[in-house]
Amino acid sequence: MSEKILEVKNLKREFVMGEETVKALKGLSFTIHSGEFVTIMGHSGSGKTTLLNILGCLDRPTDGNYYLDGVNVEELDKNSLAELRNEKIGFVFQSYNLLPRTTALENVEMPMIYNKHIPSSERRDRALEALKTVNLLNRAHHMPNQLSGGQQQRVAIARALVSEPVIILADEATGNLDTRTSYEIISLMQDLNEKGKTIVFVTHEPDIAAFSQRTILLRDGLTQKDVINTEKRSAKKAIVSLPDPEKM
Amino acid sequence: MKIFDLLKISLKALKKSKLRTFLTMLGVIIGVAAVITMMAIGEGSKESIHTSLSGMGSNMINIMPVMNEPGSVRLQGSSMQTLKQEDADAIVNLNSPNIKGVSPIVSTSGQAINASNNWPTSLIGVSTDYLDIRQFKLKDGIVFSKEDVKSFTKVCLLGTTVVKNLFPDGQSPIGKIIRFNKIPFQVIGVLASKGQSNFGQDQDDVILAPYTTVQKRITATHYLQSIYVSAASEAQSDAATAEVKQVIRENHHLKASEDNDFDVRTQAELLSAIGSTTSMMTILLTAIAGISLFIGGIGIMNIMYTSVTERTREIGLRMSLGAKEKDILMQFLIEAVIISITGGVIGVVLGIASSKVVSIILHWPILISEMSILISFLVCGITGIFFGYYPAQKASRLDPIDALKYE
Ligand SMILES: Nc1ncnc2c1ncn2[C@@H]1O[C@H](COP(=O)(O)OP(=O)(O)OP(=O)(O)O)[C@@H](O)[C@H]1O
Ligand SMILES: [Mg+2]
Repeated sequence: MSEKILEVKNLKREFVMGEETVKALKGLSFTIHSGEFVTIMGHSGSGKTTLLNILGCLDRPTDGNYYLDGVNVEELDKNSLAELRNEKIGFVFQSYNLLPRTTALENVEMPMIYNKHIPSSERRDRALEALKTVNLLNRAHHMPNQLSGGQQQRVAIARALVSEPVIILADEATGNLDTRTSYEIISLMQDLNEKGKTIVFVTHEPDIAAFSQRTILLRDGLTQKDVINTEKRSAKKAIVSLPDPEKM
Repeated sequence: MKIFDLLKISLKALKKSKLRTFLTMLGVIIGVAAVITMMAIGEGSKESIHTSLSGMGSNMINIMPVMNEPGSVRLQGSSMQTLKQEDADAIVNLNSPNIKGVSPIVSTSGQAINASNNWPTSLIGVSTDYLDIRQFKLKDGIVFSKEDVKSFTKVCLLGTTVVKNLFPDGQSPIGKIIRFNKIPFQVIGVLASKGQSNFGQDQDDVILAPYTTVQKRITATHYLQSIYVSAASEAQSDAATAEVKQVIRENHHLKASEDNDFDVRTQAELLSAIGSTTSMMTILLTAIAGISLFIGGIGIMNIMYTSVTERTREIGLRMSLGAKEKDILMQFLIEAVIISITGGVIGVVLGIASSKVVSIILHWPILISEMSILISFLVCGITGIFFGYYPAQKASRLDPIDALKYE
């Protein structure tokens, strides 16, 4: 099997709220290898976002270990965590989170400003390249409010890709989109995955999970199931089979 | 993260809310313009007082009589009769290297007449040293000699104002006879114009004559109203003052326990006294202006806090995509500094313009020093950093997860 990108061991996260302690994660262990497309599923409140925040180095576990690309995240200070997020992780959010009144191109360029390994002269070309990957080159100079939800999410994916992270983390990235647009986004993810990108995709829609190779099912902060999906569907084919709204 | 990127981000953010940026800047603009203008006015009047005072002779020492009877009121001025010819002679006889010139002063006012023209003016009896002590120059003719002083010759020098009024047709007064309080004087010289003194006196409205002549022919006294002494240099002024005091005390047979029955004032003292009051004025004016700059700074702080709150999500996003605390801190700090420095530049220009307006319309003397401009810029930079720091720090300490969730 290929190399380990991510490994968690007995991961716990507790939130102390006054007298009460909310145990959001109660000891998760799993490993994700390079080139995997993993969906994380579970009911609302099962700890998906909490897990993804920790995997994304935005939050720290209360207990347990987390290794990302061979680095023990526990040992890093705030600045190094920021660097790690910048260089190794690509985030895609449910609500897109593009900077308003800022062009798609500038939005995609933004994370590179904080990356000391990418010279400023390369930013523009790399951003255009990323926009090309998500098929939005013709919208490079549009503002977010001039783009549809699906297009905004594709800009966000371009932004996640542009620094060539080792892993892409998406939290309900299709949550705000209709089925067809969701499938388009998933199709994009599948393309990226085929080119070798490792993807962790949080969703609570089972049909989305069917497009991935592996599904981790959370329940009350524990892994209930960790299954390999032998019959991975192709999103492109799924789009074709969707009822055409114009014929309805 | 380069400074250029930070500048671009900050400028963009400021451009998005132009009106708000401008209004915030206005506080700084008004503050800086006020500081520059107030300092220009303060420094200008200080400078003009200084030049006109030193024009009067900055090495001048003025000895005046003072009534010094124990228990009586201390009076001062011409009614006192403690200064005599001998006092002036004693100072001359010191032959001190610290003392350049000595002139007894006897002055009186009255009517000067030339044919059908007459003019009320003052006649000052002086010695030949007087012109040098007061830094008067001769425009025409000659100065009376020591001989003239000894023999009470009735000769005089006229100030230009007196010339204008007694000789309105423009003919030369040299050699003419004028009358002052009915006593005839021959005009032998005309003084070069000195213009108004700082206290608004016309320094050219004067007739100078040998003090002996004035004593004998007009005032009929042998007392002196004062004695003017000039020190050899400003640095020797103190030494000269001490010597003068010493010799007059001896002359007046004053015991060690007795106070001076005369008063010695130096021009240097007057200069520094007036200098310190005008400095006080400058400080006061600048302080008032500084308060408005401070209020401008609070304006920046206020708007920066608002901006940080409004852009919480942006901050969260930037952090989650890899911005470090330092990057966020700098972003907001630079925004504040851009506001304050731009405001400062506009304020300086406006301040210089309004200082010019003050000098043109109100005819006040102004002096815009490079120092005041430099200080304003420095203060602006510091204002921006100081008032921008706390909001920027607040921004940089946000938790990215919470900031992203912020509604
Ligand atoms: N900052 C917090 N403080 C306190 N409790 C929290 C915090 N964040 C999450 N929790 C709790 O942790 C548990 C897991 O929350 P989480 O957001 O991870 O769920 P989720 O699986 O993402 O749900 P959803 O599908 O609705 O997004 C919940 O019970 C939640 O109330
Ligand atoms: Mg969630």
